Amino acid sequence: MLKCRNVWKKLAPLARASSTVCRQNVRRVGLPNGRIPRVPVAHMSTGPTGGGGENHLYVLLVGAACLGGGIYAYQTIKGDQQRYQDRINEISSRSQKAATEEPTTPIQSEPPAVPEPETQAAPSPEEPSPPVPDVELAAAPSETAELPPGVDSTPASLKVPSHTPYLLIGGGTASFAAARSIRARDPGAKVLIVTDEPDLPYMRPPLSKELWFSDDPSVTETLRFKQWNGKERSIYFQPASFYINPEELDSAENGGVAVLTGKKVVQMDVRGNKVKLDDETEISYDKCLIATGGVPRNLQVIERAGEEVTQKTTLFRKIEDFKSLDKVTRNIKSVTIIGGGFLGSELACALGRRSHESDLEVIQMYPEKGNMGKVLPEYLSNWTTEKVKREGVKVITEALVKSVTCKDDKLEIQLKDGRLVKTDHIVAAVGLEPNVDLAKSAGLEVDSDFGGYRVNAELQARSNIWVAGDAACFYDIRLGRRRVEHHDHAVVSGRLAGENMTGANKPYWHQSMFWSDLGPDVGYEAIGIVDSSLPTVGVFAKATAKDTPKAATEQSGTGIRSESETEDTATSPVASSTPAPAMEQHKDDYGKGVIFYLRDKVVVGIILWNVFNRMPIARKIIKDGEEHADLNEVAKLFNIHED
Amino acid sequence: MSSVREEGKDQIIFVTKEDHATPSSAELVEEDPNDPYEERGLILPSGEINWNCPCLGGMASGPCGTDFKDAFSCFHYSKEEVKGSECLEQFRAMQECMQRYPELYPQEDDKVSETDKTSQDSASAETSGANSTSPTVQDSNTTQPNTEGSVES
Repeated sequence: MLKCRNVWKKLAPLARASSTVCRQNVRRVGLPNGRIPRVPVAHMSTGPTGGGGENHLYVLLVGAACLGGGIYAYQTIKGDQQRYQDRINEISSRSQKAATEEPTTPIQSEPPAVPEPETQAAPSPEEPSPPVPDVELAAAPSETAELPPGVDSTPASLKVPSHTPYLLIGGGTASFAAARSIRARDPGAKVLIVTDEPDLPYMRPPLSKELWFSDDPSVTETLRFKQWNGKERSIYFQPASFYINPEELDSAENGGVAVLTGKKVVQMDVRGNKVKLDDETEISYDKCLIATGGVPRNLQVIERAGEEVTQKTTLFRKIEDFKSLDKVTRNIKSVTIIGGGFLGSELACALGRRSHESDLEVIQMYPEKGNMGKVLPEYLSNWTTEKVKREGVKVITEALVKSVTCKDDKLEIQLKDGRLVKTDHIVAAVGLEPNVDLAKSAGLEVDSDFGGYRVNAELQARSNIWVAGDAACFYDIRLGRRRVEHHDHAVVSGRLAGENMTGANKPYWHQSMFWSDLGPDVGYEAIGIVDSSLPTVGVFAKATAKDTPKAATEQSGTGIRSESETEDTATSPVASSTPAPAMEQHKDDYGKGVIFYLRDKVVVGIILWNVFNRMPIARKIIKDGEEHADLNEVAKLFNIHED
Repeated sequence: MSSVREEGKDQIIFVTKEDHATPSSAELVEEDPNDPYEERGLILPSGEINWNCPCLGGMASGPCGTDFKDAFSCFHYSKEEVKGSECLEQFRAMQECMQRYPELYPQEDDKVSETDKTSQDSASAETSGANSTSPTVQDSNTTQPNTEGSVES
């Protein structure tokens, strides 16, 4: 090693010197007789031969020289060692000082920066501990410079608070609504949201509707959409400046909402009131909300079909799915959507719209007889299917997928009735699997009928644990136990959970609604249990140009439809003064109307078909839960002929 | 005249305008104003402010939530002749806070879509808490003036 080399370097000249001295001496000694000048030295005690005395002398000289050299060498080495040791000590003391300084620097550098999910998510690589002893030591100063703003194992615990009063697992709509509710009711509350997604909380409906209708080519980056009323907004509920950094949560004087992205809660200890993240961090809480939502289901035939097929399949739910589907559909010739429910139909219409500009073929296939077959009564489902077809979608009804294979870079979907569909890409919109991963470790009940965590009417699962949103199977006082997968429900239940986490103890009572637009001409709002297997009574009038979703929002000056319904107050039915001449019966033209869903003669669900701003009346009827003899009379309350 | 049709379990009725001209005979249950389960507006029956009202948007829950609550509470309970005249300090603090977050509280002077009932955060869609920064608050019966501005300026 260097040590040796240096030592050798120093010794070498000495060695050489001593060796030459030795050699010289030996030579001298070896050269006998008379040539050698007499050295005036003390008489030798012994002198075997004539040159013996001189011999001794030279032996002595050589010996002394060697000894001197040896001593010198020894001292040099020793000195070097000492110097080396000092140097090492100095370096290690320097690195210790740097380590204690380092934690403060990330904190200082982070507040001005927007919380970067990537840095938090990055697992901390091991700190370059005692730098390799480099005797040259030129590198030493640079080593200390490298240490901050490192991702050290010690600062990791500083990034995530070890305790939070309010812990919300999941960063979606329900979670955000709860956070807002908690902050409103508990002054100075500290709320920590933990989500495994990289994004801040955002709303989902535009991902399958408005974002596709945007004219902005950079919409996949900005994620901004224009509402019908012309106002633009982002899908994110709040910009990043609304939130505070997780590491500042503890010290925040007035509290705040912190979002920890890219981290998954993998275990829950209900007795100890704490959770464990996927990076082994533990966070304890006082109150906890589980709002983990769900994961899109997939068809088994696709899952088993192999990677070539799954690579060409999209399960649509998140922002990244929107981005990738947008990209894919720009470069292919044919896309097939499997599923005829809300998501499938909305995506089909959105892509169908796009197919007008490009030569993209859009196919939609599902087992039912018509779009929204599980929601709308058959006659309305058929009517809707016609509308979807007019949006440019090739609809294949009563389609059961038997197998999917990949041939020549194209997907071949074989249906059970023998039909074969060839396409470039598949979007599977076949339902949502509620995420109940924590049920086992937490010891929480999972509902066998509806899936999801089983909670009571106050959305509580256990003492300090509430569940809201898609993952909650809750008891609805009016309509019975159910699980709802709609946006408004996530907001309502999230808000209610937040209220109950701050001591309200209110049951689920305000009925959430939902809506869907299938193109600009067909839109409806609905509330309650809307299941096509229930008997229905539909009351229709003929639709005029004024009765479209676009017109409704333009008029009320609002954005997403669900806002408008709270804008309205229940209007009393106004008697029409001028009797109109008898209208022609447009038998198959279901322009606008009201559809009641009945269970044991009680209205449990209502659809407002192209009739807007009347949700409060619908909500009232369901809340009453009365048996009405003549539903036509009830329909009068909606004033469907008016705007 | 209305026509009635049956399609299996589903009944379809077509009605004309005059069919629906007569008042409805359907009976609705009377509302209980003190129903504890009901969603409330801005002011609770007790007279207190409902900070969780959707009409407030994110005002009471954002970074300036505490300042907003102080200011608005002061105003709400003010008994002065000029309501809220003793609350200038709180409003000033609130405005100061809001200026630190221009993204969340855009300083719009034109208050484009200031409506009586704000549609910002209804019972449904969650929207941004963008608000005007006018220190004068209208009468407590109407909701807080809000502008639905874009979230990111």
